[in-house]
Amino acid sequence: MGDRVFETCNYLALTLLMVVTLYPFLNTLAVSFNDAQDSIRGGIYLWPRKWTLENYKFVFEEASILNATLISVLRTVIGTVLTVFCSAMVAYTISRPEYVLRKFVTIAFILTLYVNGGLIPNYLLIRELNLIGTFWVYILPGLIGAFNLIIIRSFIENLPDNILEASKIDGAGDFRTFFDIVLPLCTPVLATVSLFTGVWQWNSWFDVFLYNSSYEHLSTLQYELQKVLSFSNASIQRVDFNAAAAQGGIGQVTPYAIRATMTIVASVPIIMVYPFLQRYFVQGMMIGGVKE
Amino acid sequence: MEHPLLLKQTSTATAETKQRGLKRFFRLLWKQRALVLMSVPFVLWLFLFRYVPLWGWIISFQDYQLGKGLWEQEWVGFKQFEALFSEPRFWRALRNTIVMSFINLVLGFTTAITLALLLNELRQMVFKRVVQTISYLPHFISWVVAAGIIQVTLAPDGIVNELLLRLGLIKDELLFLGIGEWFWGIYGASIVWKDVGWNAIIYLAAIAMIDPALYEAAEMDGASRFRKMWHVTLPGIRPVIVVLLILNIGYLLESGFEPQFLLGNGMNMRYSENIDIFVLKYGIQLFNFSLAVAAGMFRTVVSVILIVAANSIARRLNETRLY
Repeated sequence: MGDRVFETCNYLALTLLMVVTLYPFLNTLAVSFNDAQDSIRGGIYLWPRKWTLENYKFVFEEASILNATLISVLRTVIGTVLTVFCSAMVAYTISRPEYVLRKFVTIAFILTLYVNGGLIPNYLLIRELNLIGTFWVYILPGLIGAFNLIIIRSFIENLPDNILEASKIDGAGDFRTFFDIVLPLCTPVLATVSLFTGVWQWNSWFDVFLYNSSYEHLSTLQYELQKVLSFSNASIQRVDFNAAAAQGGIGQVTPYAIRATMTIVASVPIIMVYPFLQRYFVQGMMIGGVKE
Repeated sequence: MEHPLLLKQTSTATAETKQRGLKRFFRLLWKQRALVLMSVPFVLWLFLFRYVPLWGWIISFQDYQLGKGLWEQEWVGFKQFEALFSEPRFWRALRNTIVMSFINLVLGFTTAITLALLLNELRQMVFKRVVQTISYLPHFISWVVAAGIIQVTLAPDGIVNELLLRLGLIKDELLFLGIGEWFWGIYGASIVWKDVGWNAIIYLAAIAMIDPALYEAAEMDGASRFRKMWHVTLPGIRPVIVVLLILNIGYLLESGFEPQFLLGNGMNMRYSENIDIFVLKYGIQLFNFSLAVAAGMFRTVVSVILIVAANSIARRLNETRLY
């Protein structure tokens, strides 16, 4: 008897959780497909009242947003490929028990989990290196993370010993062993690391804000969205909406609708891929979380 | 007592072995040049991007002016720290940081553990998988997107206001993000919304490792499902909870930056501004680099002490360690 009550409450609670999680997304989606002027009246829930593609048309006719999309894609692809390749390489070296610098390299990387110079010294370094106003500021500073390194290293260490031994006996050098044997065998863990890195790159906006905010050609989607958000902090003053629309000469489209549309554009790639890839994410979390 | 000559002999002997050791080391290094080539360039990268900025800390003992080199700056001793510690805004930022970390810790743990327990009780596997997939979703979107969604939800004509109006709980629409006192609550709700599903994963894994015999024994004793959850599942994951809790206490001064920055505004600043935002505002916006670095350095030093202490306590309590 008590069990049945418990069961019902459980299903109810978890259904409520799903609703609370999904509703904001679906609502934003509905607003993005609804006529902008009509949305101001409120009352849009899960379905658009006056269907339109105007908002999307407006967003994608904006040259700066098209360019930002391109930069977002580029940093995600280039950043992910380089990070995964370089991390795998270093992880391989610190998985070799005979490597004389193994301890030194490992500790040098792990220490960075605890200390970092902080915002201002990093900013000054990037300035000194003349990386401000370049694309590489998105790639270089975060190239190898200690966390990824540890995940890949423990994966390599758990590979059957005799595979690597056999390759050694065959006279393969470390480069050959790494490219021909370790890299292919590591596909599962590299997939996990790629996903984490890809999501992180796609979602990054702070480095754009900090280093490249005055270089419009290097802006990204997330940063464009952040600008829209801070431009029309609509939850503060509703008057702002119309004032901003009038100011920007936007006409038919309102900042509210633009914000909803850009939110969807900025999150759709991730929403599309993650259900299929969540297995890898969870795996990565487990390898990283419960070790030993 | 040893003969002085003998002593000299042994010391030259150790010097010799040392030299031989060094030679052996370099010979090994040459033999392993492939490995060296594969890792040392990245160690150099690491030193440049991760360790060189630590030198920047000396800025906090200077009166840093842009355009002058690091060594041409004026040295001012602990003046910046004195200024920092007598700045009420800094203490407010410290308070906000600690309070929000604490909210994160308490709320984050209880909700994730509860969700894991509830999911574990589901017998309908399809439903379970659907709930899990949906609950991970907010974890993968950026904080910018999340902040946009939260702003829309809490807007004057957003769903929350509308619900409250319809239920008759309020008479007028509320500006949720404009009421400073509410910021901590909004922050707590936001982080739970974003990460509860994701944080539950680790507890679900821990639950899966509990010996099924324990449940059978409890069943024999006639325990209800709720009692089994309370007396078997929860104690079963206690070690994981304790270790994670302690490790997280180490991050007390790192309450994050994005939600506070993206949801913060002039009206809730007294409650949303944490140390990270303080550093950003003083450093990048007001060009007071030295004071900002002093604040950042204070945070890092306290953090490192907390993290190392937390790690060693966790290790002593349990063999599980994060790294």
